[in-house]
Amino acid sequence: MKYLGIKPKRPKIAVFDFTGCEGCELQLVNKEETVIDFLGSVDVINFREISSTISNDFEVAFIEGAITRDDEINRLNEIREQAKVLIALGSCACFGGVNRLKNAYDFKKANQEVYGKQHKETLPARAVKEIIAVDLQIPGCPVDKPEVERIVQHLVWDVPYQFPAYPVCFECKQQYTTCVFELGQLCLGPVTQGGCRAPCPVGGSGCWGCRGPAADPHLKEFLQIADEREFSRKEINERLSFYSGFEGML
Amino acid sequence: MKTDLNVDVHHLTRIEGHGNIEVQIKDGKIQEARWDVVETPRYFEVMLKGKHFSSAGFLTARICGICSFGHCLASLRATEQAFGITITDKATKLRLLAKHGETLQSHILHLFFLAAPDFLEVPSAIPLIESHPDAVAMALRLKSLGNRICEVVGGRATHPVSLLVGGVARSPDELPGLRDELENALVDLGAATELVRTFEIPDFHRETEYVSLKGEDQYPFIGGRLVSSDGIEKAEQEYAAMTNEYVDQRNTSKWCKLSRESFAVGALARFNNNYHLLHPQALETASTLGLDPVCHNPFMNNIAQLVECVHIVNDSIQLIDALMESDSELTMVPVTPQAGEGVGAVEVPRGILYHHYNYNKDGYIVKANCVIPTTQNNANIHHALNDLVTKYAEEGMKSDRLELLCSMLVRSYDPCISCSVH
Repeated sequence: MKYLGIKPKRPKIAVFDFTGCEGCELQLVNKEETVIDFLGSVDVINFREISSTISNDFEVAFIEGAITRDDEINRLNEIREQAKVLIALGSCACFGGVNRLKNAYDFKKANQEVYGKQHKETLPARAVKEIIAVDLQIPGCPVDKPEVERIVQHLVWDVPYQFPAYPVCFECKQQYTTCVFELGQLCLGPVTQGGCRAPCPVGGSGCWGCRGPAADPHLKEFLQIADEREFSRKEINERLSFYSGFEGML
Repeated sequence: MKTDLNVDVHHLTRIEGHGNIEVQIKDGKIQEARWDVVETPRYFEVMLKGKHFSSAGFLTARICGICSFGHCLASLRATEQAFGITITDKATKLRLLAKHGETLQSHILHLFFLAAPDFLEVPSAIPLIESHPDAVAMALRLKSLGNRICEVVGGRATHPVSLLVGGVARSPDELPGLRDELENALVDLGAATELVRTFEIPDFHRETEYVSLKGEDQYPFIGGRLVSSDGIEKAEQEYAAMTNEYVDQRNTSKWCKLSRESFAVGALARFNNNYHLLHPQALETASTLGLDPVCHNPFMNNIAQLVECVHIVNDSIQLIDALMESDSELTMVPVTPQAGEGVGAVEVPRGILYHHYNYNKDGYIVKANCVIPTTQNNANIHHALNDLVTKYAEEGMKSDRLELLCSMLVRSYDPCISCSVH
């Protein structure tokens, strides 16, 4: 691959999965029309879910999943030592994601309910940045593959990436979608960071805030509007805490 | 020949999630032959408690990044059963179409990108881009089609946004285009069959109990009675007596059993229990690839997945025809929560999945239980591994070849480990 006759860098990348559904790393091999070019623009040297070639000589590490056990902390520290660039991939890695919902429950009782008398180790779910330094966060549940492609293009051409400052609401309006608030549904589109092309409100279910807060999210005004439209605080809080991207702002 | 053999695979590659294989043979005797799941527990059943019914489908989709549609559909069905809701015929067809899209993308992902490298003797599908460009292009077209069906009906390929309690949020207008692509996919599946015919499937048979939904007049995917090849039949609501989950000390996934020490679910189980309901073209593919019911070779699950792809592509064409002929545009029915419980059983790519919720009168979950296909398969993988090692160790196989065969056996089940440790 060349652009204007110039060959890009071909960074050695690794993909590591922690606590999560592995849906974000799956996005890396989705979008089939460009996946061969995408995989060709990088040197995949450690990606357990798709390859048996495993090497630790990587430069860029993508981390998927939240951190919920001691052995994961050790693994994460080792990856950080090796990686020149460490990227949190998806809402679980960026915020803890839906995994963080378990933190509201008593772990002893939770363990009893799921495993009975057998004890299985678990820690409160945490984001990757709460354990080690993170160079870049790509939120989303799952991540938006076109956005990941753009970010990787920036990586191979050595150009910093700028996330959009506008909220999801903006991208929804661009598609002439009937506002789901008008349909009587709750939507976090006005306060959530854009860049995903608003699949959830466009698809009919309102935004659930998986990408976390937009720059300057006007949360107070949003809550005022939600109150006016008679959504209960319980419902609003369930929505805002769903992916834990608004953690600490409620 | 009495030999010493060791296989130690930490975090097996080319599968979803984290599992280990450990084999120790001393003087020709098995000391240990284990399949252990070490994935971190997530406690979804606990997280569901206190959640509103409108959150359940979105939350449980996150159990799995590969079969998120299946989880969402099982969740919606459980909720709708609890509330006594019957969705419209159009919504039923749209959901099945979305389900087919997911099965297609998941089976093709597994067969050509995770399992095929073993049969073609490469470490991953990446070198195949150069060595087998036509096959890779064919597999990518099929996978892409599966994903696009999901996008058209469910709003996106992973973690659907348009599947809601009460039906489907909208009626898509992209169906005619999909129909054309499905017709083309039948040609691709012909080429896929020719390629898979060259795969050397290990000759390993192990008497197994197979559990799946029981088809009445069509090959089953969403809801219905439960059946085992050992002759047990139960209602959907009696799923707990069909799965009998228990905790193994060394595994974070639970194990299951029914008539024997373990049983299997998945494409091969569905094929074995319902082959008479497959599309004739799918039966022809099965016959071409030497898959005859009832088949007890776990490696043939790979073949059963391709057979199912042929079935679902044909069935999707018929579904689209029926949807385009339908006069009704209604895809949603009103939803009124009520106290009660419901079970949703859905055949997801890796086997039968159950969601079970108890609701209070306001539509908040009081208790939840999810029984995952790979959870049901894990004990069977473990025991099959033992028998495989016994057979080949007696034949004097070398460690590296045994490691490959053990890995291939686990991959044949297409395990979804994160899912199994939800």
